[in-house]
Amino acid sequence: MARLEINSVSKAFGAARPADRLSLAVEPGEIVAVFGPSGSGKTVLLRMIAGMFEPDDGDILVGGRSVVGAPPERRGIGMAFQNFALFPHMTARDNIASGLRARAGGGDVAGRVAAISKLLKIEHVLGHAPRELSNGQKQRTALARALIGNPDVLLLDDPLRNVDAKLRYEMRLELPNLLRRGTAAVLYVTQDYREAMAIADRIAVLIDGRLAQVAAPADIYAQPASVAVARLFGDPTINLAEVSPVVEHGMLSAMVAGARMRLGAADGAAPTGACWLGVRPEDLAVSSGSTDDAIPARILAITPMHEKAVLLLRLADGTEWLAALPPDAPQGAADDAVFVRFAPDQAMLFDRATGLRIGPSQRLKAA
Amino acid sequence: MEHSSLAGRIFRGVALSLILIFFMFPIVWIFLMSFQSNDQILRIPPRILFEPTLANYEALISGQLRTAAGNLQISFMRNLFNSVVLSSAAVLLALLLGVPAAYAFARFKFRLGETIAFTLLSFRFAPPLLVLLPLSLYYQELGLNDTYLGIVWVYQLIALPLILWIVRGYFEDISPDIEHAYRLAGHSWREAFTRIAVPLAGPGIAAAGLLSFIFCWNNFVFALILASADKQPVTVGALAFVTASGIQYGQIAAAIVLSVTPTLLLALYAQRYLVEGLSLGAVKG
Repeated sequence: MARLEINSVSKAFGAARPADRLSLAVEPGEIVAVFGPSGSGKTVLLRMIAGMFEPDDGDILVGGRSVVGAPPERRGIGMAFQNFALFPHMTARDNIASGLRARAGGGDVAGRVAAISKLLKIEHVLGHAPRELSNGQKQRTALARALIGNPDVLLLDDPLRNVDAKLRYEMRLELPNLLRRGTAAVLYVTQDYREAMAIADRIAVLIDGRLAQVAAPADIYAQPASVAVARLFGDPTINLAEVSPVVEHGMLSAMVAGARMRLGAADGAAPTGACWLGVRPEDLAVSSGSTDDAIPARILAITPMHEKAVLLLRLADGTEWLAALPPDAPQGAADDAVFVRFAPDQAMLFDRATGLRIGPSQRLKAA
Repeated sequence: MEHSSLAGRIFRGVALSLILIFFMFPIVWIFLMSFQSNDQILRIPPRILFEPTLANYEALISGQLRTAAGNLQISFMRNLFNSVVLSSAAVLLALLLGVPAAYAFARFKFRLGETIAFTLLSFRFAPPLLVLLPLSLYYQELGLNDTYLGIVWVYQLIALPLILWIVRGYFEDISPDIEHAYRLAGHSWREAFTRIAVPLAGPGIAAAGLLSFIFCWNNFVFALILASADKQPVTVGALAFVTASGIQYGQIAAAIVLSVTPTLLLALYAQRYLVEGLSLGAVKG
């Protein structure tokens, strides 16, 4: 039982700063996904915890004890790599057992290897060399190797990146149970927001070496801290428009492509000035009938995606938005003139200067 | 391979035979010469059919060279022994020094790292004669002249750069994550080096070791200048066959056969590793 604590950790490589005063704590038994676009510093963070790089500044604690400066083998950390990093000249069994044999009094090595490989369904390939394994089996072997020593901290560096789609789906279902079996503090790096949402208790959004938001998956989706976070979550991505909201009769509204859209009741801290208005594609409604709170638009293209249909729309002012509709909803055809509306509480407002979210839920802002 | 016409197959057979004859002819001819007397060798026109004699080998092994001008002592077997000792010791030392150095150059960026690596490589393109004059003066001062140690040391100019640069490439091809994974499994960096890096670079190390053994074995000029008769390898010892009463072609041929045999056997044994090793480094898996 050990808590992982990262205190104001920084790291620079020349001009690049992949870690800029990062602070994060992971409780024993908790899974935190580190999510961010490529190059945002996810892997560097993991490698600092594992001891492949030392941070320039700040401290990393495992169970209250600083591990900075300690060699990797004494940090009590298990890690699964994106490229599996299996030992090519050893069988799967020896790969898995390598950690147990090194530690004092490995005990019943064969029994523990058998147990963990049964759990991961790789008992039948234990005698094989890594090159004889499929990618899925390689990844399960790598996971078994990371899990078997019951490490205090478990680091998973995008372990599903190199496996095929079907297996990735299966593992997304299996992994949370597998990882919660022990009491390890789990840090799970991924570039796929769906994976982060499926597996993690909390998501830490890392952008350009800084933590933009740390919150539960549903909270991040509903209340992104900034426009950058909002853009990372959701497929298709969130629609944005430049607006300058105004308050009229206690109601907040904004002009979007020539149409006045209501944004709900204005409270004390109602934003005025330059903002981004953000609406998720699935929160848009498209119809052919005009009302006064609808944005005139034209359908440019329709992409049926089985579980939904994605419409590419051009608003009156030329902005292009996407709408995701249920497949059975009336959609019209390309080049149809339509009207787009959204419920006031579905609209998000972001300060255009800072990118931070503003409005009614400002107090929920996590980062 | 695709099925080809009869003419194509015949052409391929003929072409392969020609190439084989071209490359094998000198070796076969020398092998035949080693069983002939000087008179038979120098007969014009030469004959393929002859009465074989073991006199050349007898002379080499007994160390007694009978020529028209009298009996000569030759130390061919001693030279052969020297070659084996010098080349093996030189390669062993170069492996002990070169493999860890190659690992360091492959894994770590350090000040002057590339400069040092390139300087070591540059030993290979300096003409040996340029190095030899100052080196022989130093060796006389240091008392290294005519010692096994001295020659093994100077052979590092041949073996060390070769091993360093070939093996470095193999280490660079091993993903550092594999070593990181081994360390996270609870092993020290020393264990990661000996149990992960070295075994994975094994084919490359074998190939580099074999190549540098061949280069050391074939070296002539270093031992010629820096060693006297009882420390000289076969390459230098062969000079003894140029005698007052003419060149002893039969003995030279027999000496070549005997001196080629160890490297040939080693190469045949290590061929599998050599081919695997040299190609494994080229293609990233």
